[in-house]
Amino acid sequence: MFTRSLFQKAIATVGLIGAIGANAAEQVNIYSYRQPFLIEPILQEFTEKTGIETKVVYASKGLNERLQREGRNSPADLVLTSNTSSLMDLLNKQLTQPVSSEILEDNIPAQFRDKAGNWFGLTTRARLIYASKDRVKPGEITRYEELVDPKWKGRICTRSGKHPYTLSLIASMIAHHGEAETKEWLQGVKANLARKPQGNDRAQVKAISEGVCDLSLGNSYYFGKMITNKEQPEQVDWAKSVNLIFPNQKDRGTHMFISGAALTKHAPNRENAVKLLEFLSGADAQYAYAEKNFEFPVRPGTARSELIKEYMGEFKEDDLSLTEIGSYVPAASRMVDEVRFDF
Amino acid sequence: MLNRANLSASRWLLLVATISLLVALPVLSIFWLAFFPEENIWPHLLDTVLFHYVSSTLILAGGVGLVTLIAGVGSAWLVSMCQFPGRRLFEWALLLPFAVPAYVIAYVYTDLLEYAGPVQKSLRAWFGWQTARDYWFPEIRSMGGAIAMLSLVLFPYVYMLSRAAFIEQCGSIRAASRSLGCTPWQSFLRVSLPMARPAIAVGLSLVLMETLNDFGTVDFFAVRTLSVGIYDTWLSRGNLGGAAQIACSTLIFVVLLITLERMGRARQKHFVQSPNSQRERYVLCGWRAGVALLFCGLLLVAGFIIPLLVLGGYALSNFSSYWSEDFIQIASNSLLLSIAAALVSVLLGLLLAYGKRLQPKRPVRLLVGFSKLGYAMPGAVLAIGVLIPLAAFDNAVDAFLREHFDISIGLLLSGSIFAIIFAYTVRFLAVSTGAIESSLEKVTPSMDRAARSLGRNSWQTLWAVHLPLVRTGLLTGGLVVFVDCMKELPATLLLRPFGFDTLATYVYQFASDEMLERSALGALLIVLVGLIPVILLSRSIGWRRGEERTALASSEAPALS
Repeated sequence: MFTRSLFQKAIATVGLIGAIGANAAEQVNIYSYRQPFLIEPILQEFTEKTGIETKVVYASKGLNERLQREGRNSPADLVLTSNTSSLMDLLNKQLTQPVSSEILEDNIPAQFRDKAGNWFGLTTRARLIYASKDRVKPGEITRYEELVDPKWKGRICTRSGKHPYTLSLIASMIAHHGEAETKEWLQGVKANLARKPQGNDRAQVKAISEGVCDLSLGNSYYFGKMITNKEQPEQVDWAKSVNLIFPNQKDRGTHMFISGAALTKHAPNRENAVKLLEFLSGADAQYAYAEKNFEFPVRPGTARSELIKEYMGEFKEDDLSLTEIGSYVPAASRMVDEVRFDF
Repeated sequence: MLNRANLSASRWLLLVATISLLVALPVLSIFWLAFFPEENIWPHLLDTVLFHYVSSTLILAGGVGLVTLIAGVGSAWLVSMCQFPGRRLFEWALLLPFAVPAYVIAYVYTDLLEYAGPVQKSLRAWFGWQTARDYWFPEIRSMGGAIAMLSLVLFPYVYMLSRAAFIEQCGSIRAASRSLGCTPWQSFLRVSLPMARPAIAVGLSLVLMETLNDFGTVDFFAVRTLSVGIYDTWLSRGNLGGAAQIACSTLIFVVLLITLERMGRARQKHFVQSPNSQRERYVLCGWRAGVALLFCGLLLVAGFIIPLLVLGGYALSNFSSYWSEDFIQIASNSLLLSIAAALVSVLLGLLLAYGKRLQPKRPVRLLVGFSKLGYAMPGAVLAIGVLIPLAAFDNAVDAFLREHFDISIGLLLSGSIFAIIFAYTVRFLAVSTGAIESSLEKVTPSMDRAARSLGRNSWQTLWAVHLPLVRTGLLTGGLVVFVDCMKELPATLLLRPFGFDTLATYVYQFASDEMLERSALGALLIVLVGLIPVILLSRSIGWRRGEERTALASSEAPALS
């Protein structure tokens, strides 16, 4: 019919205009929980190699909900996460689709990816204890469990108990020791805090260098980011004031968690998104993660950066399954409230 | 049969209802979420942290309320009614802190006052202290710090509104009170203050709503208020419904505040009188002048000069590496969004306020009150509330077209700048409506009656009579919304399109990673752009005197009840 075809044309035109905005040429659209300073260098390299543009929305909260509400019309292809719980949440909300790719399976060991291919780990990070060089003797603390020793009273700094990084560590304690024992542990840590939980991992190391506290919990890559910081040389001093302790080397190993990626259920640029996933798991990007972000690549055989070799070396990782840790996160969150960790 | 007047009245009712419901959609969505939580969080919260959340929220709101009252009303009184050195400067300069976002001032003072900051470093150098254990220094990251930071940037709301009220007060009433034996203090407490109370209440309620809503500052300072509880329930417990429930319960506070504001206004109806042209100011000399200067000076220095110097220092030291094409693009994004949202908010605010004037009945009053609820929702939660109806609309249109025309157009509104402008409007409509309402309330109803009896309909009356009279209210509302939008963060973060940044998101990305240096240029620009309207605003309060005097010269004698 005449009117119908006219209308169709008009709509097609509107659609086209919309398309220029969102789907022009070769591109991948990304929702990223990971911060720009960690991701942008690697995405730039991808564009240089493949000619595929990347477009990103960075936010620390709510991207899963946005994806869920946008439904099948969502322009997003990939979600980049910085911790396990947002990956699990994507999965629970059924917002992902499986990818089967030999490259991904070759690059990423099975424990770092979903069996069905719904998510892929890209890097691992270690939750370390940072200890003051001046005030903590080597070997004085070697396990997470020892943080409750009364000798640390008023000497520990950490970020909020509700941060995913802290929750993940608490969840792993629950997995190993059960709820009752972990709660006692968490109360003990709280009793030893030098100040109310605040700031990010970097701020804790700064506090150690200032003498506010002697021990802190933090992710491994912050150390690299500080000790190589050319823009703010004072951060080099912060980093130099601490020793890195990889806890629990003589038993289960250091608590690890992953940053990862998942292909969205309705990804409009599916092929390009898979290419990006494969690129991120490939030798170059994995090396870049290590070299530029000081994270641990998941791809076996990736060269470690000089800095990681110098300061972190080889260490034993806790190989507890991420799904199991994820299942204890709600309990961990409840526990943080129960012991009023943040107050 | 409906006569013409009734027809017009019902049209206004319809218009007001449409606007209110439209902007209330996100809030209604949050209510809807609140009805379907994944688990009942209340027993757990009650057992553990609810008391702390509520009490720290009350302490924070109480503290900020008290400090902004003293700072805002006190400085407004000094500047409007007294003569002391620097008065003319303070008249406009006291509005400047308003341009500084609360999270930015928090970063700046933490940088200055923490253990490794320049202040404590110098103290240690002077007194030979070695460690933190050798001396006591107030902890900036604390409840007290949060109260100070929020008060420093929010007191201009109270200042602005109470100053306008003081200026409009008829000088002869004060003169009368003096002639009846009141001292200047008694005259202030017993005459001027009660007369200014409605305006002060409006300013205070804006301050308190901003305080309830703040997340950036309290999170940074480790003060656990209800808004922290909302994010925690949503993000770390994965219970968005539960978070919505807490958000809805904080609305109780807000409804109380709005009621308070309305009661403040309803109790006292007074229309603009020709203000006393021979205004006499109390001339302060000696120590009194010194105290006045110190009081206003401290507010200005702490709320504006120090942050400006710190940010300016950082920004200039690395100017060339941060100033780029991208940065200019980001700045223009901010401008564009804020201007658009300010225009929309003023237009809708005018229609609501005028509709309420024409139809001051309960349903309309309720609808207008309803349209203001968005102001009290935490930004990121409101953003989800915005997403729900927009995405539902987009998907419905798309599904319809797919089915009937086999065409897919994807998302029209969500993920576009429309979504952000809509969110800003929902969030700040309360501000523009409030400013316009209080402006309109001062126009005596006899003006309407005169215009109508001369055959003008409600639209023509609005255009020819009210618009010129409430121009300053429109300007005030629009400018405040503009500055607020420049600073808005959480909704912008979540709703923006791909690769789209504003100055606020730019600042946040660096500052939240403890890189104040890199964020300084953006923060400085937010402040500087915010200055333009602030200066216009302060001049507009000055204009009002002259303008309304002429406009109202022929109106009926002042009615004061």
